[in-house]
Amino acid sequence: MLKTFNKGGVHPEANKLSAQNPIQTANLPKVAIVPLGQHIGAPATAAVAKGDVVKVGQLIGTATGFVSANIHSPVSGTVLKVEDTIDVAGFKKPAVHITVEGDEWIETIDRSATLVTEIKDDAATIIGKIKDAGIVGMGGATFPAHVKLAIPEGKKAEFLIINGVECEPYLTADHRLMLEKTEELLVGVRILMKAINVNKAFIGVENNKPDAIEKLQKATANSPEIEIVPLKLKYPQGGEKQLINAVTGREVPSGRLPIDVNAVVQNVGTAFAVYEAVQKNKPLIERVVTVTGKTVANPTNFLARIGTPVSELIAAAGGNLELTGKVISGGPMMGKAMSNLDSTITKGTSGLLLMSKEESVRPEASACVRCGKCIEACPMGLEPYLLSLYSQKQMWDEEEQNHVMDCIECGSCLFTCPANRPLLDYIRLGKNTVGKIIRSRKQ
Amino acid sequence: MNEIVLYSVIALGVLGLVLAVVLYIVAQKFKVEEDPRIDQIVEMLPGANCGGCGFPGCRGLATALVTAPNIEGLRCPVSSNEVMQQIGVVLGQEIKAAAPKIAVVRCNGTCQNRPKTSKYDGAQSCAFAATLFAGETGCSYGCLGCGDCVAACNWGAISINNETGLPEVDQDKCGGCGACARSCPKGVIEIRNKGPKDRRIFVSCVNKDKGAVARKACTAACIGCGKCAKVCAFEAITIENNVAYIDYNKCRLCRKCAAECPTGAIHTPNFPPLPPKPAATPAEPKIATAEAPKVEVSEQSKTDNTNA
Repeated sequence: MLKTFNKGGVHPEANKLSAQNPIQTANLPKVAIVPLGQHIGAPATAAVAKGDVVKVGQLIGTATGFVSANIHSPVSGTVLKVEDTIDVAGFKKPAVHITVEGDEWIETIDRSATLVTEIKDDAATIIGKIKDAGIVGMGGATFPAHVKLAIPEGKKAEFLIINGVECEPYLTADHRLMLEKTEELLVGVRILMKAINVNKAFIGVENNKPDAIEKLQKATANSPEIEIVPLKLKYPQGGEKQLINAVTGREVPSGRLPIDVNAVVQNVGTAFAVYEAVQKNKPLIERVVTVTGKTVANPTNFLARIGTPVSELIAAAGGNLELTGKVISGGPMMGKAMSNLDSTITKGTSGLLLMSKEESVRPEASACVRCGKCIEACPMGLEPYLLSLYSQKQMWDEEEQNHVMDCIECGSCLFTCPANRPLLDYIRLGKNTVGKIIRSRKQ
Repeated sequence: MNEIVLYSVIALGVLGLVLAVVLYIVAQKFKVEEDPRIDQIVEMLPGANCGGCGFPGCRGLATALVTAPNIEGLRCPVSSNEVMQQIGVVLGQEIKAAAPKIAVVRCNGTCQNRPKTSKYDGAQSCAFAATLFAGETGCSYGCLGCGDCVAACNWGAISINNETGLPEVDQDKCGGCGACARSCPKGVIEIRNKGPKDRRIFVSCVNKDKGAVARKACTAACIGCGKCAKVCAFEAITIENNVAYIDYNKCRLCRKCAAECPTGAIHTPNFPPLPPKPAATPAEPKIATAEAPKVEVSEQSKTDNTNA
């Protein structure tokens, strides 16, 4: 019997259109627009000014504060300006605009394809290198990786869990990475194990990727410290807490972190980036982005530089914008519809999904029939219908008492609702408001 | 049979009597003494519990008025000065008259002025939409049009005009309690002085973008050019963050600024139409002194409005 998490979950159609298409290197953009806030936490401070000549991998933004990450130039060329750009959602965000000239890398980066398996650095050096390379959680949450790897005092990690679930429909970036960069990925896993001082790692992969499971199992046949865990198909298995539950059977208590059950979770994309940063000295300047959808002629997995305009990648994959109703950054379940296609790829862009006009129509909501399907589907054991109602009525105390802050915004409730109620919309509003109230209370 | 009825009636009657006595004694013992003026004032207040005074409902304000040692600053923003005076009589203190207020929508991004760049189909809540994205148009400051202000209004004084997609304030119903302004996540609604004869001048834009960017997003945007501030003789207009703001306490309603504005972002409701351009300059000195003739015209224009 395959493992899975114990509470809730739904089964959206997988639609992994690009699963069999190898990773392609995307063309360099003409102008790269690199936002300084690509992670959760404080945006970086620009370290370059207009007119500066930069090379690939050069530091252009320094982390400010504890939860923040460095930003490196993904291209070589001249800094056009350091000015606000308009992000995916239409808001203004500080960014470095670079005119691309050639492709010159800084000398310290090892660009050869040779696999470096020997891990020379000790834990502190590894975390230092990860911090310098500006690595963030590549699954989409973009939480700075070095913060997650710094185990708080008095706590101990027992094992590392690598998230290769990719439970979002359509997305195949992690799948291709596991297939094509298996060895590098496993070195990355060993580096992460050394960084947090554990001798057991699990790689959780859903069983709709049998090729990846097989390849990983073959590669780890002689290393018992890394265990591949095939998981039963269920969304949102890629959620950190769900994955811990599926793999170890432990449950992270409300309001606590994975380290409280002695686990550290990292995405496969992060593990690969860690390999490149520690063994090859390469900062996080590019990532795998799945460009897919029913209106895309050739759904493709691109290895794209950060700062590449979204519209260029869509065009490269043959996306037909005329037939497209919505472009979503990320997967269909948790991704956000974009209101600005001139924005660029960031460290957290795992995919670009084009939905046809028919697919993107949101059915009209009707009254709640109290069927309880949302409660059954909620992987966190919450009552989504109640939370959304409290939020609508602005009853923030009740909202907080019913654990709105535990919501992982997976959208299972919305997916399952027969009345098409905008449950998650209101829960997000509730989370936002209650979060503000809690923060103001602490001050 | 008769006996059963008789005994039950007697038993229940005695029980009822005993309990009534108990209740009476308890009620006397734990009686809450309340100033009768509180009820009296609650009767005089509008009773919409809008919260515009800062207290939880009309009773909260009434209690505060009766118990507070100093009632300065305590008032119902919605009630007229006469009502507040009457309340003052009940309290035996004087309540100072205040200028009546009204909610003003500082966005003129109608469908024509502000072309849409995307379409929002999520929950119809401005509060949620504002956390999700900047707006359906190129302007990230303006009205989102989901109607949180309409839901917040206890007076039915604000409604979304389907043609423009913007909220409109009914000046006869609005008392300026500020519920709509508090509910607006974009801060588009401002509570301003209603003005003499309901005439007021305000900048109907809050876009902080630079002129060219703002203009590109919306043809009616304030571009922060500063022409209005230059022409104002009373220093009522300040330009900050590329938006003009008219201080209603300093504004003398001369309307020179409105004539200067290149985008028509300055609105002047309830004024008679301006005389044709060449006449505008010689008319200037008159405005300060000749208040009387304007009144007549305005009354006419007002009736015109209601007829239409």
